Amino acid sequence: MNTSDSEEDSYNERSALVQCESPTIPSYHQDHDMSLPQETDTKRGRPVSSGLDEPGLVERERAATPDGEEEELTLKYGAKHVIMLFIPVTLCMVVVVATIKSVSFYTEKTSQQLIYTPFKEDPNSVGQRLLYSLLNTIVMISVIVVMTIILVVLYKYRCYKFIHGWLILSSLMLLFWFSFMYLGEVFKTYNVAMDYPTLAMIIWNFGVVGMICIHWKGPLRLQQAYLIVISALMALIFIKYLPEWSAWVILAAISIYDLIAVLCPKGPLRMLVETAQERNEPIFPALIYSSAMVWMVGMADSNNPDSADERQRNEGGALAQEGVESEDDVALGGRRRCSAEEDLEEDRGVKLGLGDFIFYSVLVGKAAANGGDWNTTLACFVAILIGLCLTLLLLAIFKKALPALPISITFGLVFYFSTDNLVRPFMDSLAAHQYYI
Amino acid sequence: KCYQTKRSQKKDTNRANIIGLISFDGSVLYLSVHEDTVIRLHCCAVEVFFGCAFIAFGPSFALFVFTIAKDPLRVIILIAGAFFWLLSLLLSSLVWFIAIKASNSQDLTLQRGLLIFGVFFSVLLQEVFRFAYYRLLRKATEGLAAISDDDGSAISVRQMAYVAGLGFGIMSGAFSMINILSDSLGPGTVGIFGDSQYYFITAALMTLALTLLHTFWGVVFFEGCEKSRWWVIAAVVSLHLLVAGLSLLNPLYEGSLPPVYVITLATGVWAFFSSGGSLHSLSALCTRRKAEGESS
Repeated sequence: MNTSDSEEDSYNERSALVQCESPTIPSYHQDHDMSLPQETDTKRGRPVSSGLDEPGLVERERAATPDGEEEELTLKYGAKHVIMLFIPVTLCMVVVVATIKSVSFYTEKTSQQLIYTPFKEDPNSVGQRLLYSLLNTIVMISVIVVMTIILVVLYKYRCYKFIHGWLILSSLMLLFWFSFMYLGEVFKTYNVAMDYPTLAMIIWNFGVVGMICIHWKGPLRLQQAYLIVISALMALIFIKYLPEWSAWVILAAISIYDLIAVLCPKGPLRMLVETAQERNEPIFPALIYSSAMVWMVGMADSNNPDSADERQRNEGGALAQEGVESEDDVALGGRRRCSAEEDLEEDRGVKLGLGDFIFYSVLVGKAAANGGDWNTTLACFVAILIGLCLTLLLLAIFKKALPALPISITFGLVFYFSTDNLVRPFMDSLAAHQYYI
Repeated sequence: KCYQTKRSQKKDTNRANIIGLISFDGSVLYLSVHEDTVIRLHCCAVEVFFGCAFIAFGPSFALFVFTIAKDPLRVIILIAGAFFWLLSLLLSSLVWFIAIKASNSQDLTLQRGLLIFGVFFSVLLQEVFRFAYYRLLRKATEGLAAISDDDGSAISVRQMAYVAGLGFGIMSGAFSMINILSDSLGPGTVGIFGDSQYYFITAALMTLALTLLHTFWGVVFFEGCEKSRWWVIAAVVSLHLLVAGLSLLNPLYEGSLPPVYVITLATGVWAFFSSGGSLHSLSALCTRRKAEGESS
């Protein structure tokens, strides 16, 4: 197998994935919170393809209530949402760290690199290494920017089929090719004898069920599990193929890019979001992890005659016609007719882009890959969780789509470098003498 | 990384001359050293790993599962507590690192003195951060209470004290123990250079004691801050310094472990009474359980 050729394809796929990290849905949904029911069933019911990674949008759905009650409900439900995101982020990191620690393939440095990081780092010269990692970062970020702009242009000119096809192709690549590679390496590590027909059946079933769950309909837990798995796979690929120093600089740069792209008025992601809002349509609920547990119906209130409200009612009707078959919907169909107050108490979900999962896991995975120190990994893990918590707190305060990368990645990077260089020698000396603090 | 390599940095005055291997039964190695001396060495194994892991983390894991895992707010407070402990460790390592770099690295007594200074400074900084966390939680409670009208705050200060203490304890235990645990899985021999063979188990016991102590200190400390009893805070700080000082006696484990456990027990009782428990409530608990047992 000529790995370099297959790498080309995977690079394209990766660029496709990284690119599609346009957090289209979130702020759109933010505004349509008042009305749009946010549940994965509806999402799956829509004819969307899900290839979008969203590196940084976190969003939360609100009930359409008067402001004071909204505040209270927001804070009351806030903790639950934070935990609903902590668990998948933790699971993804655990998968990545477990793989890194056991399967040596992902920590072996090859001379192969992605085409997005064309400069090879020379380990001997610090200055040159720094310069090349900066250049690699510039190349990668410009690729991301260019592709986001292409996506925005495509979206503006309504080339939906193209985008959908692109996204389906990228998730195909992830579910079949990367998981095949992963399984192969796991078998090699544990010396498991496996024949090709069995492997083909396993991969085929895994991939097809994954495509159905992600792009169409499936049980919520299964969809969440698949999203976590493909984020972990993607993170492992990044950990393997990004050069050492470039990876750290890219992490820092992409959180800055995320900040700019989501918050600045002329940022590509923001423009995408605004276009979607103007058109009043859902943008690709692609690769976004949704933690919504219960389908919530918005205020079917005659006092709120928004067009958005009507839209929600229409969608509710469409949903009934589509005949979504999960048991939630059956129960929820009944609930749809309930009073407005009851609707308010329904659970609301939070969404986090898969790009966030990927980059969090890259950070923690690299911390685990460098040396055998577990303290560093643990410190990065706690730092990222706290960053996510703070981001969600800000989300509750500002109530608009926010980038989820900057705070967590900053904390993670600070804690990685300080734990690795300062805390590690201290704890090692303490352990050697068995002193306890 | 083999556990041995860490220990080999110490002066190996007791290096044994190994003549031959007598027997090996899977975990204990018998080596003949001189004609009439046999050394019995324990090798690291999976049993050591699981045993030490359960000793060190069992109670805190149980506390987490039964009291914290169900409530999302408590989980967040726990992780934030862990974060604050981590911050304190970071700052104290920074200070220690600067001191080390500024001093002569060849002078071993000085290095050891600096390490002891690092220990005490870290203890003080941990207590400072505990106080800072207390202030943060108070502000958050006030904010929450101001907004929600009907049921007041979702969590009381006492519960937060317990959770914060547990967060400190879990993080402290994890940082002390996890590297040692991962080393215990690998190949290596404990005490081959004459150091104590009980390294792992004493480390696990000490970690357990410290985790529980942090939990109790959290409860007592927050209570003292609430009631503005500053002697309580001084007592907690001095107890922490005492425990750290006792650990300096290691590897004389008789000098460090039993007193630490006595202190743990005493602090536990203090925390129980400080958080509103009483002998009456204890007996009520027992009689109620008996009554429930009889009625069911």
